[in-house]
Amino acid sequence: MEKTKNIKLEKDSMKDETTLSNGSRIEAKDVKVWYDDFMAIKGIDMVIKPNTITAFIGPSGCGKSTFLRLFNRMNDYVEGFKMEGKIKINGDSIYKKKVNVEQLRKEIGMVFQKPNPFPKSIFENVAYGLKIQGIKDKKLIDERVEKALRQADLWEEVKDNLKKSALALSGGQQQRLCIARTLAVQPSILLMDEPTSALDPISTAKIEELIHHLKEEYTIIIVTHNMQQASRISDYTAFFYLGELIEYDKTRKIFTNPEKKQTENYITGRFG
Amino acid sequence: MKVKEKIIEFILKFCASITILTTVGIIAVLLFESIAFFKSVSIFEFLTDTQWTPLYSEKHFGILALVSGTFLTAAIAIAVALPIGLTIAIYLNMYAPTSFRKTLKPFLEILAAIPTVVYGFFALTIVTPFLQTIYPDLETFNSLSAGIVMGIMIIPFISSLSEDALYAVPKSLKLASFGMGATRFQTAFKVMVPAASSGIIVSIILAISRAIGETMIVAIAAGQQPQFTLNPTVPVQTITSYIVQVSMGDAPQGSIEYKTIFAAGLTLFVFTFILNSISFYIKKKYQEKYE
Repeated sequence: MEKTKNIKLEKDSMKDETTLSNGSRIEAKDVKVWYDDFMAIKGIDMVIKPNTITAFIGPSGCGKSTFLRLFNRMNDYVEGFKMEGKIKINGDSIYKKKVNVEQLRKEIGMVFQKPNPFPKSIFENVAYGLKIQGIKDKKLIDERVEKALRQADLWEEVKDNLKKSALALSGGQQQRLCIARTLAVQPSILLMDEPTSALDPISTAKIEELIHHLKEEYTIIIVTHNMQQASRISDYTAFFYLGELIEYDKTRKIFTNPEKKQTENYITGRFG
Repeated sequence: MKVKEKIIEFILKFCASITILTTVGIIAVLLFESIAFFKSVSIFEFLTDTQWTPLYSEKHFGILALVSGTFLTAAIAIAVALPIGLTIAIYLNMYAPTSFRKTLKPFLEILAAIPTVVYGFFALTIVTPFLQTIYPDLETFNSLSAGIVMGIMIIPFISSLSEDALYAVPKSLKLASFGMGATRFQTAFKVMVPAASSGIIVSIILAISRAIGETMIVAIAAGQQPQFTLNPTVPVQTITSYIVQVSMGDAPQGSIEYKTIFAAGLTLFVFTFILNSISFYIKKKYQEKYE
């Protein structure tokens, strides 16, 4: 109990210096995606508001992960990937030719389904994003690493073992480390692709609490298969099915009084 | 039914034991003949003398002259193969499209399938004359061109095995690095190569081991003169090409010349055994790490 209180205090003290990097607005216009001949996204329009948590739900293969990965252009590495339509972040189209993809990804952090720390020390994992940006100022790196680890609620557990291999941490700690690693470069959007699906309930609860705190500074999109999780943590929920956006509304509305029959069937567990 | 099972089991066991028995037999012969050799030549002389002239009337038995030739050619080969092989591995893993990677890799492995005698003549008749146009003092037989050509031969050892090691790195690490805004180059050198380092080191050690044991290229292109030197422009002799020279000659069985083959062979065996043991150890440790 006392611990959560502490975190809140720290978070408040941090708020002042980071209000500059506030969350960003995402806009998708008539987005279509193909993998070779298979059409994975069939024309989606969507606006995601800054400083909100949006949950993407839907059965496996419905295109929600594909759609999420459009925002930081991670689909670019999939062979046979083709895309039509527009995605704008804070008004700038991110699929124009001259867009610097590396720069874009520094703005839009991603946390993956399975914890994937580098086989390096805890410190090196969090410092990675800063080092590849060419930051050499040791003091600045130390500061940012500590801050990111505090934001990810991991600092107290690892502060004496920063040189230890990240692979020695538990699964839940590894995932929080991955979140810290992403936060260290100070993005404005966080994309989370089923970040707790490989974790136990206690670690999951920790991460959900963490996500809730991060909302103040980031726009967060989370893909999840866990209905309770979506209803617990998100402000908005989007239901995807067979590459289409079926329904997108306030989470409370989706879970209490959905417009569409398909949505209702899915969230009540009648299919999927 | 039971008898049939027993017979099959016996056959399988027999096949497996053939390889072990062969290895044991070779080591036994090497040791046996080497002991006979060291009865007439002291180990101290063998390890410290810098001349190797068992076939001349004034006999010296300094293995260092052969060891230096062996390591000189192997070092040149690695100096060629390591940067090229590693570059190819990184290119295939990080840059090349899958379809291209799948065609190029077997093509590269053909390099290792060319008979080494062909490489030997390639070194002697093409590489050496070419190098002489740049550096006229280069002798006809030299360790430089033998080493370079041997390096080309072992490129696929390094590129293929290193690529396997890079490929074995979980894809999630690559994506994590890209997701942080790293370029392909940064991802390759800051994440992939360090994560695959044990596998890459194993590939290098196996390539060194292969270079040390390589016979035809050095026998043809590096000359037959044992010299304790690190000069790549003069003829040298490696352990392997000495063994070829004596084996093809008419050293009578039981003579001291004949026994030198086994002492040289034992030395070679010790080197390759150590190298293979190191790579085995690293491989084992590496597998534990990923499980």
